[in-house]
Amino acid sequence: MTPVATPFFFYLLAVTMIIGGILVITRKNAVHSALALITALLAQAGIYLMLYAPFVAGVQIILYAGGIMVLFLFVIMLISIERTQKERQFNSQWLVGIAAAAALGGLFISVYTKGKSLFPEGRPSYVEGQNVQDVAALLYDPHTGMYMFSFEIASLLLLVAIIGAVVMAKKRI
Amino acid sequence: MVRSQKLSMDVMLHISTLHYLVLGAALFLLGVIGVLTRRNVVIVLMSIELILNAVNLNLVALSHYWQGMPARLGGGAGALHGQVFAIFVITDAAAEAAVGLGILIAFFRNKETVNVDEVNLLKW
Repeated sequence: MTPVATPFFFYLLAVTMIIGGILVITRKNAVHSALALITALLAQAGIYLMLYAPFVAGVQIILYAGGIMVLFLFVIMLISIERTQKERQFNSQWLVGIAAAAALGGLFISVYTKGKSLFPEGRPSYVEGQNVQDVAALLYDPHTGMYMFSFEIASLLLLVAIIGAVVMAKKRI
Repeated sequence: MVRSQKLSMDVMLHISTLHYLVLGAALFLLGVIGVLTRRNVVIVLMSIELILNAVNLNLVALSHYWQGMPARLGGGAGALHGQVFAIFVITDAAAEAAVGLGILIAFFRNKETVNVDEVNLLKW
């Protein structure tokens, strides 16, 4: 089973993600950055669909683009952004920061060119399966699920995060 | 010459797992540049989200690659460990965003600024 026009859609979504990422780190206005990040996240959900991961794609849209980014926009609304737009946007160590990122990029390039034989050349064949059921079997099933304990720990983490966020943001406890 | 051109066209048009990994590395680099150079703390948090998304992309791409492996090596249709890890990473990103933005609101209430380099109380 070969999907249609895979290279075209891959490059379209990849270019959307890269342009969205560049806009996130270069815009003055934080709202524009948030909108660019939402675009990049939606394109990434498309990439997940190309990788046959529909459940992760849905979680990406609902939780990231729908939940986390709305939280970001609310916080941008709560703090005043007019003053910060007139100020310097990059800190004084920006040259060192870009040099460090370039060193990391050189490391990535050398790893991906020298270690090319470790990664598969062709597109891996897709094995038919039911994605959501299989993910649920790993997460919840008492016999085959090996991530049940981690899942419960994740719920505890979210509880701690809720309490911490309320404690931090409240004026008087 | 013609053969190498044909080979590079073949690499361009044949989307392998390596393409997804390179895309994830590019997004990771963009996030690192944002974290290291921006002053606005909201945009620094958004760059951290970019980094987490790059990691997620790598996890899902390698999970897809692993599904094509033979079942005796642990592959097959049910080998979705990378996707499960991606879901955990998204959970962590939600928790991190909630706590980080709570800290940001408390910080803005006290110092009336959102620039990270003006927070230097612990700096000697």
